[in-house]
Amino acid sequence: MHNAENLKEYREDMQEALDNEFLRKSMDAFAVGYRENRAKAFADINETELIKKIADCKDYAVKNNAALLQQFTEEAEKRGVKVHLAKDAEEANALIAKIAKDNDVKKIIKSKSMTSEETLLNHYLEDEKFNVIETDLGEWIIQMRHEGPSHMVMPAIHLSRYQVQDLFSERVGEKLDSDPVKLTKVARRELRRDFADADMGISGANFCVAENGHIGIATNEGNARLTTTAPRVHVAIAGIDKLVPKLTDALTALKALPRNATGQALTSYVTWIGGANECAIGEDNKKEMHIIFLDNGRSKIAEDEMFSQIFRCVRCGACANVCPVYRLVGGHQMGHIYIGAIGLILTYFYHGEEKAKNLVHNCINCGACKSICAGGIDLPGLIKELRARLNEDNGMPMETNLLGKVLKNRKLFHSLLRFGKWAQTPVKKGPYLRHLPLMFMKDQGFRSFPSIADKPFRDRFKEIKPMVHNPSHRVALFSGCVQDFVYPEQMEAAVKVMARHNVAIDFPMDQSCCGLPVQMMGEKQATIDVAKQNVDAFEGTNCDYIVTLCASCASHLKEAYAELLEGDRKYKEKVKRFSAKIIDFSSYAHDVLGVSTEDFNKSSEKVAYHASCHLCRELKVVDQPRNLIDMAGEYAPSAEEDVCCGFGGTFTVKFPELSSTLLDKKLTNIEATGAKRLVADCPGCLLHLRGGSNVRENGMKVTHIAELLAENLK
Amino acid sequence: MSDLKELFREKAELVAAKVTDIKSMDEAFAYAAKYVAEKNPCELLIPSSPDAPQPEFLEEKIMAAPELSDDQYAALAKECEAKGVKLIKSGMRDLMAGIDAGFTICDAGFVETGSIVQQSNGEELRLATMVSEAHIAVLPVSKIFEDSIAAEKLLLELMSGVAYTAVITGPSRTADIERTLAIGAHGPLELHILLLED
Repeated sequence: MHNAENLKEYREDMQEALDNEFLRKSMDAFAVGYRENRAKAFADINETELIKKIADCKDYAVKNNAALLQQFTEEAEKRGVKVHLAKDAEEANALIAKIAKDNDVKKIIKSKSMTSEETLLNHYLEDEKFNVIETDLGEWIIQMRHEGPSHMVMPAIHLSRYQVQDLFSERVGEKLDSDPVKLTKVARRELRRDFADADMGISGANFCVAENGHIGIATNEGNARLTTTAPRVHVAIAGIDKLVPKLTDALTALKALPRNATGQALTSYVTWIGGANECAIGEDNKKEMHIIFLDNGRSKIAEDEMFSQIFRCVRCGACANVCPVYRLVGGHQMGHIYIGAIGLILTYFYHGEEKAKNLVHNCINCGACKSICAGGIDLPGLIKELRARLNEDNGMPMETNLLGKVLKNRKLFHSLLRFGKWAQTPVKKGPYLRHLPLMFMKDQGFRSFPSIADKPFRDRFKEIKPMVHNPSHRVALFSGCVQDFVYPEQMEAAVKVMARHNVAIDFPMDQSCCGLPVQMMGEKQATIDVAKQNVDAFEGTNCDYIVTLCASCASHLKEAYAELLEGDRKYKEKVKRFSAKIIDFSSYAHDVLGVSTEDFNKSSEKVAYHASCHLCRELKVVDQPRNLIDMAGEYAPSAEEDVCCGFGGTFTVKFPELSSTLLDKKLTNIEATGAKRLVADCPGCLLHLRGGSNVRENGMKVTHIAELLAENLK
Repeated sequence: MSDLKELFREKAELVAAKVTDIKSMDEAFAYAAKYVAEKNPCELLIPSSPDAPQPEFLEEKIMAAPELSDDQYAALAKECEAKGVKLIKSGMRDLMAGIDAGFTICDAGFVETGSIVQQSNGEELRLATMVSEAHIAVLPVSKIFEDSIAAEKLLLELMSGVAYTAVITGPSRTADIERTLAIGAHGPLELHILLLED
């Protein structure tokens, strides 16, 4: 559970997690193993189509929630079930305690339910003097340790076999073996009596099917079957978002849920319960069955046009499985009760701003979660929006506000950057800053910072602009601030490659920062203002393509601008034209220019590649850069090529410990290839990778892919 | 059809089910009685008395077959008797500590996941398939579907009234400790699927 009061405390908690060697090793093994298992599980499945189906069904269910609840209630009541609607956690807990009292219950067994974690049901029932026992192995373990779950599907993933061995040994009063298989047998033996003599069973529900009043529960252990069969009372608790219209909707979602959760085609058990079934110890030989639907703010979120998509979540936990930050710090730092990217968002809505205010910053915006989400939820987009809402509610932090103000005024922003060139003189050491100006310096020593170039690209362009008669097409360049003012040589390299192909090239001077950094900080108005400025800057140019060498800019210009300016009548059409022209450099060189081996003297240099998050996942550009590398040099594939380098723009400033650890992993994998050359498609990544390589003194030449191509042109 | 059968076998074996071809129910009865007679004694998961030695084992072999027709039950009982196995059809609540095997006939199978479907409205059947060490299930080949969606109509029929429907895919398992696969968490340690040509 997340209890840090402020960002400083939160960082301290995370340092502790980073220092936990078992956690790190175990999470690494999990992350790598999961990726393979998931790929195997989805091998025969049209993933995009399946995700779309789930999203559509869930979107429909959210819009028609009240009707579905009514239909479900009618069907379930026909089958002898009592259906309740609880407006919040307190009401749900009180209802369950009352059912227990009314039925003279002493002992309660539970199968896994995240919804009951959300309401802190166990605490409530224990305070009411009920004996509550979790029966899912992982939940039982953390219950005995008085901890919250660290993963939605594998709640005890943060613990080692030795910790479980100690816990179980203490419980049974003898020293046990540490073998997980043997420890599982201990749980099997220890819990059977509780199944046999409990008075009430509490379960969750993965699906509540309106057409036949059935709930569906997916488990591997079989504990949910015993929990819902042995005791005379059964209470199921479920968020109202678990309602789906038809059985086939649930069956469809079940194709993705276990595959995404653990790489299994299906869990060992899927149990469908429709009504008060036969129960030999119940009144009239029947079970007393209740279903508690929990609202807890859900119906309000359902009306929020942007955030209602969170109800597509099927609680598979995959957003944690692929998250590079989760992999470093584990679930107790990557959520409050709900874990992973969806956990950051749900914490805000179900557990309040105070619990969420630190957590929402801990997203590096790499898009790994979005690319595998079973419901196709735009998780990083929603997290960025949450930051904006938190800022709106609490006032902007000073530095965010300031940056926002500066960015809105391009001339001021660029003057400051030019001024920076002079201000850095005393601290500059070759192409790197020896010491950072004080306000940025804290904990940033793991990577050198580049210095600002003597002459920005905008001042160099005139001299290198190719003269073209009858061009095959026209290109306008978007440089982004880093390439304009820090790495103009990357832009020059691109111009050199293009110039050979009879292309007219333009560089509109009114362009500014793409705005992604301020969006990451939650400064919504500045994000919109710079977007308009850039759209206007390119509106006048008569170009066929807008080429950018920055993957982050490209994805922001292409994907986010349309959404940002959607509501503005004046910009609606303009932004469509603008976004349609945006193309990243590698795709442009490969697909539009159609460069081939003929263009290059293929060098024998081994070249490693870092697949920038915004290129490989947001823009889904995968083959082009690798093909280009192989035209100009010897492509040397490295492990986990598409895992984030740890930069994440403002993330690296906020969480240097995490950022540097990700960078170390990345560079270790790259160095293992034996290559001394590393290329990428994003100046942010390059800044990070180059600065890190400089500190590690690994002799790596880190450049933009355009520079590799320009060097090896025939 | 035989294609579906072979694909089903492949998928079910992937999730550690034991799949065997049989030509008749008599063969299924003989298989079950023989298997139970030869298996290791069932471990009692609830001590018979506070000071009983641990681990403690069931003294006789017990198989439960709660929902067979009278003829089927008689035929299975005969096989069991010959092998010294006690066959029961009720009283599962007194045997929560565990029995050797539960014998059932499935309503459907899914090729996609190697799963069986078992309508379990009766409590005896439910418990028999939960607290037994081995679940032995007969799956008529004619009831194998491509996947759950293809079987939707049948599933809706099974769920038409007050119902408890189980989709079972391999034995009970967990990976909650260090993600190490452990078979037999709270349910059966083994799932035997007998594919009946019909």
